[in-house]
Amino acid sequence: MALQLTWFILWSILWSLYFMLDGFVLGTGMLSGVLGRSDTEKRVLINSVGPVWSGNEVWLITAGATTFATFPPVYALMFSYLYTALLLILFALIIRGVSFEFRGKVDHPSWKSAWDIAIIVSSFLPALLFGVTFGNIFQGLPMDNSGYHGSLFTLFNPYGLMTGILFVLLFAVHGALYASVKTNGELGSRARRTANNLWNLLFIVAVAFLVYTRFATKLFDNYFKYPVLAIFPLILMMSLIAVKIFIAKGALLKAFAFSCVAIAFEIFTGVAGLFPSLIPSRIDSAYNLTVFNSSSSPYALKIMTVAAMIFIPIVILYQIWVYRVFHARVNRDDIVSGYEGY
Amino acid sequence: MSHFIFVPLTLGLSILTAFFETRYVMTDDKTWLTMARFWGRLFLINFALGVVTGLTLEFQFAMNWAEFSKYAGDILGAPLAIEAMVAFFLESVFIGVWIFGWNKISKGMHALSMWIVAFATNLSALWILLANGWMQKPVGYHLATNTIGESRAEMIDFLALLTNPYGWIKFAHALMSGYVVAAFFVMGISAWHLLRANEMAFFKSSFRIAAAFGLGACFLVILTGDFHGTEIAKVQPAKLAAMESVWETKRGVGFSLLLLPDESGERNRIERLTIPNAVSILAYHDMKSEIKGLKAFPKEVRPPVWPVFFGFRFMVGLGIFMFFVSLLAVYLSRKEDFETNRFFLNVVLFSIPAPYIAGQLGWIVSEIGRQPWIVYGVLKTSDAVSKSISAVQVFGSLIGFTLLYGGLGMIGTYLVVKYAGKGPDRVPPGTVVSENRSK
Repeated sequence: MALQLTWFILWSILWSLYFMLDGFVLGTGMLSGVLGRSDTEKRVLINSVGPVWSGNEVWLITAGATTFATFPPVYALMFSYLYTALLLILFALIIRGVSFEFRGKVDHPSWKSAWDIAIIVSSFLPALLFGVTFGNIFQGLPMDNSGYHGSLFTLFNPYGLMTGILFVLLFAVHGALYASVKTNGELGSRARRTANNLWNLLFIVAVAFLVYTRFATKLFDNYFKYPVLAIFPLILMMSLIAVKIFIAKGALLKAFAFSCVAIAFEIFTGVAGLFPSLIPSRIDSAYNLTVFNSSSSPYALKIMTVAAMIFIPIVILYQIWVYRVFHARVNRDDIVSGYEGY
Repeated sequence: MSHFIFVPLTLGLSILTAFFETRYVMTDDKTWLTMARFWGRLFLINFALGVVTGLTLEFQFAMNWAEFSKYAGDILGAPLAIEAMVAFFLESVFIGVWIFGWNKISKGMHALSMWIVAFATNLSALWILLANGWMQKPVGYHLATNTIGESRAEMIDFLALLTNPYGWIKFAHALMSGYVVAAFFVMGISAWHLLRANEMAFFKSSFRIAAAFGLGACFLVILTGDFHGTEIAKVQPAKLAAMESVWETKRGVGFSLLLLPDESGERNRIERLTIPNAVSILAYHDMKSEIKGLKAFPKEVRPPVWPVFFGFRFMVGLGIFMFFVSLLAVYLSRKEDFETNRFFLNVVLFSIPAPYIAGQLGWIVSEIGRQPWIVYGVLKTSDAVSKSISAVQVFGSLIGFTLLYGGLGMIGTYLVVKYAGKGPDRVPPGTVVSENRSK
């Protein structure tokens, strides 16, 4: 019981860590065409995420693999029901990773512009599809004991689409802020302006999302039952406002930090409403996949808890070390004369 | 299993790269640095493909094998999740440190980063193969029903899974075969340059180191292969029977150099040049031991004989061939003018694919030899696929993956050939204005 709850909380933390960390890589990637006006600027952007993107992506693998270990039916059904969407996400993430690595390997304009397009598309697509997927999970999937009654197209219902747009905008602002913290000069201020402009749109969509959530999902049932949970959407909205304030003040690192908080609390807001389900059924709550009916055996949960308690803090420690090593802004000079990078 | 096309090279090449860089740190001789950078760059191109295809590996369980994931998640989830937390993170984080850290951290720390990557890549293979080992020989579990009344396997002894001999032997065997891939890759590319008289000193010393590494690895592949064979004989007698195409159960089974199985006739059409008792010796290290023939198993639990039998034959043949090539490589490369032996260098060059093929054949033997079981003796493959996805979806994704991996594989190969052909950059770090790599 306690272990099941622990893993429900860890499940949401792992997803929010993934979105927080890969969110800015996806955001930087999808904006790389807008922010990077020249080849050098594009390379500055790619190199600003270069040392960290692969480590960030592993949080997705960890979120997926721990779901497999702790809630096997959730893992099995989530991935087979949402097959096409998740397959597209996988393809996109594969192409994105390879694009970073391969773009600089041949010095030819059409080679580079092909990878530039690949980076933009393969960053935008996962952001949108993750949003659509989570929007549908928040609504509940059309599933009963005979299986799943939907397709890729039923995922693109208005609420799913709105969550998709919310994710895209969250990550776009996040990525622009990251770029503004990690680069200099014209590129840096362009990133800051872009973050500032996109924020307006983001805020409107975020408010609309919360309102729409009240009508399209049952997430608020939990909020009425336990009003204390309202703290999650409250922190979400307050950190979004803080992002705007700190952009205006020019405290971009703080703005970026609050953007991290906003992304995490967007996930918490949804997941708190889901409890005790991990994936509810839209057809009948009897078919909900809950913490209680779909967890692993207590023994497996115990093994996983011990492993997570030991290894996750170690991972966080050395990732922090890496961010400290590469804390400096990436300069145009680093790229022109540099020994390192993509 | 496409993951295992890109990964084996990285298992050994990371070690060689780390070794070269360590020599640089210890001797301060720039040649070693050039070597680390040259081979390291080829490593990176492959590594990018290995890491991203690792994503697929982690998720394909649920996507194509949903019933299996529900059935075995209690057991297989833990090693995969721990693999992500322990190994995947380490390699993905420190590869970034290695690529971008040349002027940011000390020389020693930089070399250490590559050792960490090498260690993590190897560790990752261990967890994956422990999971695979459980599917080959299930241990430490019992059958139970979950809360919604479906039967599933539950873990009762994690230590048994961690110490499953089948997993460890298979790990050792696969790991060593990965080292052979790396050794032949380095030797082959060096041979190519030596044939063109490029950078002689550089490629001679790369060749020598790789040859020694390769010989050791080949020897260990054969040794672990022998252990693996005896383990299979004990655990999966039907697989062994298919590998050797033995139909009748008897003592002192011989090994026929020429053999043609006849699956429908349940016999061998040709059996010539037989070495008496050889199969019994290989399987049990005892010439009078009894080998269970395929006929002892009902037809529906026999693996397909043809792919397993020929896969095994050709794998062993290639293994022996590679052992002798690396033995000769060590012996011949001791001479200062071994580049004049153009025939041998060509043999080495064209042997680059040999360990790749042997490795894929190994997977064929291991995975097809386990059929019809997905978890040996417990769950059949036909009961394990996802119910809710249609054949169209599976077919579509198969085409998608084939196109994607095929495309990326070709681009990767193109880049490897391009950079391998270009040879090492003779530029010390930090002192030049422009450097090819980062353009």
